[in-house]
Amino acid sequence: MKVSELVKKYGLKVFAGEQGLNNKISGGYVSDLLSDVMGNAAENEVWITLQTHQNVMAIASLKDLAAVILVKGFEPDEDTLERSREEGIPLLGTNTGTFEMAGKLYVELKQG
Amino acid sequence: MNKYRADLHIHTLLSPCAGLEMTPKTIADKAKSAGLNIIGITDHNSTRHALLVKKFAEKDGIFTLTGAEVTSKEEVHCLVFFEFPEQLSRFQHFIDENSTRIPNSEEYYGYQPVIDEDENVLEMVPFYLPAALKVGIETIQKQVDALNGLFIPAHIDRSVNGILSQLGFIPPSLKYDALGLSKHGSEKHVLKQYVIENKTTFIRNSDAHYPEQIGEIYSLFNMEELSFSEIKKALNQEDNRYCELP
Repeated sequence: MKVSELVKKYGLKVFAGEQGLNNKISGGYVSDLLSDVMGNAAENEVWITLQTHQNVMAIASLKDLAAVILVKGFEPDEDTLERSREEGIPLLGTNTGTFEMAGKLYVELKQG
Repeated sequence: MNKYRADLHIHTLLSPCAGLEMTPKTIADKAKSAGLNIIGITDHNSTRHALLVKKFAEKDGIFTLTGAEVTSKEEVHCLVFFEFPEQLSRFQHFIDENSTRIPNSEEYYGYQPVIDEDENVLEMVPFYLPAALKVGIETIQKQVDALNGLFIPAHIDRSVNGILSQLGFIPPSLKYDALGLSKHGSEKHVLKQYVIENKTTFIRNSDAHYPEQIGEIYSLFNMEELSFSEIKKALNQEDNRYCELP
């Protein structure tokens, strides 16, 4: 599945990083501890988090993630947006919580 | 140059996790018997007992840094200190404006009493003080800077509530006066795992929640005299002032 398809199907907001909408998704990772994501997320995964700090995008780039989804309607900080544009990694948003979003992604990827 | 013993991370009974015996007078007495020259008063997201501790500690000749241990939106704990009551009160205002008000469940988290000089309880703070503020670490740092304060991310090597666990690495744009290590943390260990800016000062404190912990862990400040500006210089390694870990 591509990030763009996920965006369309679940009505996700695209804050920045449109360049990466064609990224392919291999799986998902859920954590709000950035050190944990640094250690354990894998390439091409979508990361679901409530953290809006600029380090989120730095780590997404470091780990070659497919996209980042901010939950609960959280808005990214300005420097986080900038970082998403620079890195070309989509920064997405949803009003739903982590549990719901992760559940949807899980079902989606399991079927695909 | 003189050597001063400093423990900059001490909670009073106002912090829900601290013992009720951590009254300003007890803290001052214990700091004296532990041989400390400088103490930092750092309740979770509150500055309200800092000046009272200072009043008692100064009688014992102990220099007191008045401040708080702030929880940022990312749940990073940071020590902040201010030289004058005016700045301290302005920072308290900043905390009040940005606090998350979750009711404090006393049986679960502990009591949060504000007391006066004679140890009368003035108020029980009704919301859980350590809850994360609504503002991020950079916003807090800028506010502290605007009030000419000191900004020290606390116990950076801890697996929770330290800047490294919460943010993975220290944002290169973040300014700070020093980095705090956990009680038994080592500078070597942190430097082996993380890239930290050269010339960064590390300090180590007790993070005392009970009287017997005060001064158990301390840092040594090499400077001319006991003053806020000398402490700032030592933390920033200016004019040959510096800090060392015993």
